[in-house]
Amino acid sequence: MRPIAYIPPMMFAVIAVALFLGLLILKPKEIPSALIGQPAPTFDLPSVDSTLHGLSNTDLIGLVSIVNVFASWCVPCRVEHPLWVEVGEAGDVPVFGLNYKDYQENASKWLADFGDPYTAIGADLDGRVGVDLGVIGVPETFVVDAQGLIQLKHIGPIDRYALENKILPKVRELQALMIADGTDG
Amino acid sequence: MVAELGNFALILALIMAVVQGTIPLIGAHTRSAAWIAVARPAANAQFAFVALAFAALTYSFVVSDFSVLTVANNSHTLKPLLYKITGVWGNHEGSLLLWILILTLFGASVAWFGTNLPPGLRARVLAVQALIGVGFLSFILLTSNPFERILEAPFEGNGLNPLLQDPGLAFHPPLLYLGYVGFSMAFSFAVAALIEGRVDPAWARWVRPWTLAAWTFLTAGIVLGSWWAYYELGWGGFWFWDPVENASFMPWLAGTALLHSAVVVERRDTLKSWTILLAILTFSLSLLGTFIVRSGILTSVHAFATDPERGYFILGFLVLVIGGSLILYAVRAPALKSGGVFAPISREGALVLNNLLLATATATVLLGTLYPLLLDLFTGKKVSVGAPFFEATFFPIMAPLLAAAVIGPMLSWKRGDLMGALQRLRVAFFVSAGIALAVWAFVSGGTWLSTLGIALGAWLVAGSFASLAERIKLLRAPLADSLRRAIHLPRAAWGMTLAHTGLGIFLLGGTVMLTWQTEATQVMRPGDVVSVAGYDLTFQGVGNIPGPNYMAERALFSVSRDGEVVTNLLPEKRAYVSSGMPTTEAGIKATWAGDLYAVIGDADGKGGWATRFFFKPFVHWMWIGASVMVLGGVVSLTDRRHRVGAPERRREPAAGPAPRMAGE
Repeated sequence: MRPIAYIPPMMFAVIAVALFLGLLILKPKEIPSALIGQPAPTFDLPSVDSTLHGLSNTDLIGLVSIVNVFASWCVPCRVEHPLWVEVGEAGDVPVFGLNYKDYQENASKWLADFGDPYTAIGADLDGRVGVDLGVIGVPETFVVDAQGLIQLKHIGPIDRYALENKILPKVRELQALMIADGTDG
Repeated sequence: MVAELGNFALILALIMAVVQGTIPLIGAHTRSAAWIAVARPAANAQFAFVALAFAALTYSFVVSDFSVLTVANNSHTLKPLLYKITGVWGNHEGSLLLWILILTLFGASVAWFGTNLPPGLRARVLAVQALIGVGFLSFILLTSNPFERILEAPFEGNGLNPLLQDPGLAFHPPLLYLGYVGFSMAFSFAVAALIEGRVDPAWARWVRPWTLAAWTFLTAGIVLGSWWAYYELGWGGFWFWDPVENASFMPWLAGTALLHSAVVVERRDTLKSWTILLAILTFSLSLLGTFIVRSGILTSVHAFATDPERGYFILGFLVLVIGGSLILYAVRAPALKSGGVFAPISREGALVLNNLLLATATATVLLGTLYPLLLDLFTGKKVSVGAPFFEATFFPIMAPLLAAAVIGPMLSWKRGDLMGALQRLRVAFFVSAGIALAVWAFVSGGTWLSTLGIALGAWLVAGSFASLAERIKLLRAPLADSLRRAIHLPRAAWGMTLAHTGLGIFLLGGTVMLTWQTEATQVMRPGDVVSVAGYDLTFQGVGNIPGPNYMAERALFSVSRDGEVVTNLLPEKRAYVSSGMPTTEAGIKATWAGDLYAVIGDADGKGGWATRFFFKPFVHWMWIGASVMVLGGVVSLTDRRHRVGAPERRREPAAGPAPRMAGE
């Protein structure tokens, strides 16, 4: 018997335990629908470019807004991005970007290449805010009401159908509510 | 009805797999010929039942039977027939069924072609193969049944992800699976050998062609995937060090190492224990890849339906298969007797170096892939490991490997002469150094890294040629004599030369493209002209073109160079009817110098369109190089030794005086 022969199974045991804990603790597919109606977590992030304003949770209060989680390494983000550029140009609702686990220079270049529709961007370098938001994959999109409460969550890339039949109607509904509240109060 | 038939066939296949996985194993242990004989018909039956199930699922897709959940989720009546068929494996359940089909096909081919294997070994190999089948069949039946019905069938299906409706991607998964699953053969042979406690050159002669076939398929599959990413995703990239890409790359690296170490077992009857371990690890990495893709444990660009329940199941299966085989290895491997001894400077020594470097490269990629998960678990910190990590760690390991890949084949077995080998390679050395220096001196924009890449690429091509020239005594013997030697050279030697040359061509193409590509991104109105790499692209406008299940906006760019019309580029942006999801189709003009690549973006609403052009020099060298590598695998597979598979290697007929050279 040679002890060295036991190194491969032991190394595998470490990996297997890590994978098991990964499934158990990180729960890849758990979608916290409980976030709906809850305030966005507290955060204050720098932007992808130090000359620009970053993003904090207080920016989400006051107007109905969209928060889009994106990254330059994410292929589906590229697919949905032209739609955000469109929404940004229309200017009906602020779109905030959460740049998830990215390199700042890559993100800047990506935005320069494909257009920057975002009113402000928070660079979530270590993904901590993404975790608090329950991000399970990129891209994800949240609709946040004027009180800063999350009202809708869309997982995965948006398409035109989702934008026009799900996200924008929710935005308009919340904007109408906000105006109604405003006249009441 | 057809779906139920398929479901039933899968259950029967599982029962067959259980029979095949137990009875022959016991039979081989108790030396009962009758029990051993169960293996072959069981392997045939298992394959037949899985093939029936696969046919049933394909039928459901072709006739658009939306009462089957998988079909409703992934198909659409408007989809062209080709994509209805390829849609069978464009989803989790169907692709798993394809995986199992290939697994049982490999098992059945041992039953068909393994007539000259010792019956005991064959029975054990088939039993191990069947036990893997038991795991996957239970997985599909318990967690991912492709034949699940829905009570109220929708009138229309959800459609296949438009990105997958592409000929390149349609055949990427089957090739990849032939590669992944092909390594199960090496695994089954390794475990069977451990149970028997015996590894002889006949074993390696059997394992090598299977490994070679799997490696060839896997190479083709990975390249097809990269090529698809290049022309379909529309941003000109081809590799992203994404976890799922790494999942296919790790078995490739380990499989490449296995391919080389199996040569040593076959020719020199040594390095057995290590080769067995590599065979186990290579398939383990394939299984790990499956786990990563289907458990959703790592964030990836490859969206597959994920489900933690499936994750637990695969993990449990991984622990049984990988853990079990590694423990078996730990217990039995020390008993394996080692054969011939060799000096550090020898063909064997070079192949050991190859294995060390490839194993290190594999470990690096594994670490980079799992590191975010480990760090997250132990510190709660989230990081993403991207291209910078892999570029900083992977390439320094590959550089000496590529340099040695030329020298190794020039060394003789047992004890080589390094100085002599280098002496014989001096022309190749000066040619490659000369090319690299000339590029460095005369082409601006290069870096020391690009110079190194060109030097290594040229070294691989020139060195492989030099080694071939030496073997056939080119210029040192009459041409007719050289030609005869070339014809009588073993196919495996041709295969190696082609594979190494292809790798060199690939490296040259990749280096030049990454270093000297140019791009231009802008908003253009009809009539505008943009120049890229000496080409003038005039934007003529955008038209709407209906496709079978999508609407396309197709732009027309007329391309001219020095005032002469060269071609028209027609990039498209497609919106698919079923999902509304947009995809891009790049317009590519391939020239000898490189690809002119155009992508059309969105309209700015003011009469302008976002456009993006690249000029990618030498990019086709990458695809040609990769194809040459695949060709090398195919040529090597046709080697007589593999076909004969006889216990004793026969001498070449005395037609030519060609003595066996030191290498093959």
